[in-house]
Amino acid sequence: MEYTYYPGCSLTKTSKPYDLSTRAVFRALGLGLHELEDWNCCGATVYMSVKETVSFSISARNLALAEKMKRDVVAPCSACYLVLNKTNRFLRELPDLNAKVNDALSAAGLYYGGTVRVRHPLEVLINDLGIEGVAAKARRSLKGLKIAEYYGCQIVRPQRGFDDMEFPQTMDRLFEALGAENVYFPLKVRCCGGMLMTTANDVAMKLCHDLIACAQGNGADCIVTTCPLCQMNLAAYQDQLSAKFGEDLHMPILWFTELLGLALGLDVRTVGLNAHLERIPEKILSLAA
Amino acid sequence: MAHLETPGTLPARESELRRAFLSQVDIVPGGERLRKCIQCGTCTGSCPVSYAMDLSPREVIARFRAGDIETILRSRTIWICASCYACTVRCPVEIRITDLLYALKRVAMGKNIRPRQFPVYALSEAFVRSVKWFGRNYEMGLLTEFFLRSLKWVNLLKMAPLGLKMLKAGRLGLFPERIAGHADLKKIIARAEEIEQPREPVPVRAVTDEVGYKAIQS
Repeated sequence: MEYTYYPGCSLTKTSKPYDLSTRAVFRALGLGLHELEDWNCCGATVYMSVKETVSFSISARNLALAEKMKRDVVAPCSACYLVLNKTNRFLRELPDLNAKVNDALSAAGLYYGGTVRVRHPLEVLINDLGIEGVAAKARRSLKGLKIAEYYGCQIVRPQRGFDDMEFPQTMDRLFEALGAENVYFPLKVRCCGGMLMTTANDVAMKLCHDLIACAQGNGADCIVTTCPLCQMNLAAYQDQLSAKFGEDLHMPILWFTELLGLALGLDVRTVGLNAHLERIPEKILSLAA
Repeated sequence: MAHLETPGTLPARESELRRAFLSQVDIVPGGERLRKCIQCGTCTGSCPVSYAMDLSPREVIARFRAGDIETILRSRTIWICASCYACTVRCPVEIRITDLLYALKRVAMGKNIRPRQFPVYALSEAFVRSVKWFGRNYEMGLLTEFFLRSLKWVNLLKMAPLGLKMLKAGRLGLFPERIAGHADLKKIIARAEEIEQPREPVPVRAVTDEVGYKAIQS
């Protein structure tokens, strides 16, 4: 199976390990990822909030380019996944907007007919290979590892997508099949604060505290996420969080593709686990031994 | 609220803001469901950041009905929303609250209304510029500009240890990378901006009739 890959800005730099591990996992599973040539910013939530026609046109340029490739698009970043899907939906439901956006695209000789499917890698693995299909290729067991699966907001909301909006299970079932133990983690779709970490720091710090404290309190060895910003917020400020709340809030925060990669027999560098800001304990690193 | 004293009529300023808001509501699919609000407060109860807001999401809709959009636009609320969509998926009458808050943000930016000492606006502007120049979000430049413009340089210094850590891990780009089709992207943006300019006066009847304000001054 072949897919068009849309990494998005975060994955080119700040979330490099997510990019490395996504590519490596798809390769290991025999799935082809072809990076969309000359893609641009998806528009992101911030952009959405400023100028609507402009943001939808920027977003649609990617879809127009992808449409020529005639393959499903895989977008690992939750915000890109949401924005590209939202663009698809708005263009379908609002003929006026569709006309305006295609008018703008025509300035660069492009046209978007609305046929591209934008998918999240988690959903691709679950639906195209199936949990058993992925598990069959596992070379190491995750037995003994306790994890809190954290889905965040934007792959489960605002539209009913591939999993439940309040209590998603796809990642839980996947890692269970790979031998891991899931801890009780009721905050699995609670917001990490997103970009409030920069603009309203106190608010985001509290949300991140709640998430880490909950996972820790329920005995998780690590949190596993699907989003660049969730990982960044939870991993990069653990010293500040610990100082602010007077608790030890250090814990490894992995992208789901990293942990999956280890289970598939990939090594630490291949999945990017050597480039984390928080300490990755032996218990996880030794999985690759 | 001086402009609330005469039931049924709104002062010119409020009418203008209301019209701007309703024209934004118009471009949200299902935006007209706003009038179905039953003030149950599920949105506020579901919101992980409502505790930090000056107006709760439920109050935002109540203020809109009361003809007081200006207060909403001056609130921290619309800028504190982190776009988690918990309210949107739980609303029993399916109001797209997150998208309505975006609509309010666009009105606030269009009318140059911003809350005091709240810097999201600056981040949005820097982001837009970054995409225009490079086609992608140049994260390092964006954050540097943001901290310099909206906060104090000492805050930038506070971020330095994290920046160094990121740099060491190979996760920070010191220089922006421009996409090859940048000229094309610029053309698309320019055309879209042109198209966006004239915004037709909106058909406001549907929303206003049910909430009791038939007398928007034109």
